[in-house]
Amino acid sequence: MKENNAEIPIIQGSEALIRSLLNEGVDTIFGYPGGAIMPVFDALYDHKNEIRHILVRHEQGAVHAAQGYARVSRKVGVALVTSGPGATNAVTGITDAMMDSTPLVVISGQVSSNLLGSDAFQEADVIGITQPITKWAYQIRRVEDIPWAVSRAFYIASTGRPGPVVLDIAKDAQNNKCPYSYSKTEFLRSYDPYPEVEMDYIKEAASIINQAKKPLALVGQGVILGKAEKELISFLEKADIPFGSTILGLSAVPSDHLLNCGMLGMHGNVAPNIKTNECDVLIAIGMRFDDRVTGDLKTYAKQAKVIHFDIDKAEIDKNVKTTVRVLGDAKITLPLVTDLIDKNSHSAWIDEFKPLKQKEVDCIINNELYPDEGEIHMGEVINKVTEATQNKAVCVTDVGQQQMMATRYFKFTQSRSMVTSGGLGTMGFGLPAGIGAKYGAPDRTVCIFVGDGGLQMTIQELGTIMEYGINVKIIVLNNNFLGMVRQWQELFYDERYSETHMKNPDFVKIADAYNIKGRKVVDRADLDEAISEMLSYDGAYLLEVVVETKGMVYPMVPAGSSVTNIILGNGYKL
Amino acid sequence: MEEKTLYTITIFSENTVGVLNQITTIFTRRQLNIETLSVSPSAIKGIHKFTITTFSDSEEDMIKLVRQIDKRVDIIKAYYNINEDLIHQELALYKLATEKVLEHGSIEYLVRKYNIRILEVSKDCVVFLKAGHYAETQALFEELSQQIGVLQFIRSGRIAITKAKVERLSDMLASREERYKKLEITDN
Repeated sequence: MKENNAEIPIIQGSEALIRSLLNEGVDTIFGYPGGAIMPVFDALYDHKNEIRHILVRHEQGAVHAAQGYARVSRKVGVALVTSGPGATNAVTGITDAMMDSTPLVVISGQVSSNLLGSDAFQEADVIGITQPITKWAYQIRRVEDIPWAVSRAFYIASTGRPGPVVLDIAKDAQNNKCPYSYSKTEFLRSYDPYPEVEMDYIKEAASIINQAKKPLALVGQGVILGKAEKELISFLEKADIPFGSTILGLSAVPSDHLLNCGMLGMHGNVAPNIKTNECDVLIAIGMRFDDRVTGDLKTYAKQAKVIHFDIDKAEIDKNVKTTVRVLGDAKITLPLVTDLIDKNSHSAWIDEFKPLKQKEVDCIINNELYPDEGEIHMGEVINKVTEATQNKAVCVTDVGQQQMMATRYFKFTQSRSMVTSGGLGTMGFGLPAGIGAKYGAPDRTVCIFVGDGGLQMTIQELGTIMEYGINVKIIVLNNNFLGMVRQWQELFYDERYSETHMKNPDFVKIADAYNIKGRKVVDRADLDEAISEMLSYDGAYLLEVVVETKGMVYPMVPAGSSVTNIILGNGYKL
Repeated sequence: MEEKTLYTITIFSENTVGVLNQITTIFTRRQLNIETLSVSPSAIKGIHKFTITTFSDSEEDMIKLVRQIDKRVDIIKAYYNINEDLIHQELALYKLATEKVLEHGSIEYLVRKYNIRILEVSKDCVVFLKAGHYAETQALFEELSQQIGVLQFIRSGRIAITKAKVERLSDMLASREERYKKLEITDN
């Protein structure tokens, strides 16, 4: 035996998995045990000081929590679940992470390799199920494959356009022993996460930007994932380009930046949507022209030259035909373009946004945020919360009306402050994602906005909050309806409110049963004081606010309609 | 209806379990039918080659398809071609009853006309092999069906090679590896 071989330890697969995770810098795991993953949980028992495991109450919660953690912390989120139902319960979260490019490693137990394919107890074809919804899914059948598979998983999840990876580990691979050594993956011949910079296109993009009279930038999550916030601001400021954000691009640039024109899309701000069809150059940065942003593609920005910055080649020309592509990591490509563009001013063009903004303030925002009478409005609550946190909190949302109100009215002073389910639109995301966000950003205030419908989809995670004393602020905007569906029924289905009314439990009593402090507010007069109490309370707090049932999120671009076809509501016209 | 073109998609992948599943999922999502499929080890050890044909009325859709396939981590390279770019070939096997073949009387004519290879002759059956384009193997099938009757017929998926000079896969992989060695990944 060679001398150096003597130093290689021979250990069990489950221990090898934990050591591999430690090698990747993992210190937090969200999970739930079960038969086929028990060896790993047993190994975890010896590493309690190095790895904190958060026992959620349902595997969907584990994945959403890992997502929330990854989104605020820049790290890879890790979830650990058992085979069969454990893995299938994780599927919604994995799909959500795929749609929103969130780096995750989801580890699922699997039946022993000799039982694979035999319909064994708690066996599911996890690879078959998850291949279409992951960046990579791999089944580990042999103990000796554990270190390299984990190493690849973290490399793939975190590089290029990030995404979820599933590792499905057969139970015998967890139990068997083999020599352990670990090396980080830095290259895979079949995978090109850092595409070669195409200087000709960079020059062409710069030249188009220099000639632009009415440029508009669209900022997506790619900027945040690429850690290119500073590079973006330098670029925008040098050429004086106004911009709108996608829902996931929110917080990349502070809300009060002079060039920030708000959010794009269906419930976005009026000005950037209207101006999309008036600009002469449209510069998309790390965004993918989702249908909720573009509306009808046939009428979308047809007058403009389109420059598309993206790291994922499959996004180029997928929905919108580009004039020039800038393929690559925005952190590298943005400065290259910035160097080649002239310092410019587009004040006349930027002034054109102002009357549209004023119109939105007059017709929609003032009434939503500062009503004099009647029931409490959702936007009003969100505005009060963001102001009470000096716009410094992490905003986590569920899906539906409260989500759109939060994305419209929450304000940001730092990046990675918006955690929401953008692409998949997963109700039930908010509460567990908020748990993860608190672990990812323990020093920040985490505010979770959730509706009465979405809360009840993952309400069991109140148990997790109780057990670990997780200091999250849960704001339940209760309209006793599935509000967004109700809104569509009012607008497009002749007010036929089919199955959208909900008889709800007493949420404050439920919170109380979980030993979580709660309070219900019905009167506007109590709202400020209640928010202040919630934020100053040292611990989790559930604030239920009863809001108007008939509240509508405006403006609205109807699905499939042109981005300039904006409904302002209440009889207002553009 | 717009005329549809037959496209040939060529894919190089790592030889791992489940690659075909990843590829077919993308065809399914884009509502494309696979006409033919052929898979085999390539000239490079550990790399497999898929040749898939599909009808489409949009070259843009083919670009999107190929990019989405290429994006999968286990896929090394994917591209598409039209027939004019390619030398392509399919194989067909035809099983006929020996008795009927003997009764036919002018088998030599057929063998010469279609360039048939005879693989097997037994008391019960004769097996013909024909290589060619789809139209050629189909024409023989129709003629044999009419004149003799075909007991069994099987056609392979297409295999194809491009006419143009293209970068060799091994060179592409070598230059990619070289590029990554020089790459310094910085984290601010």
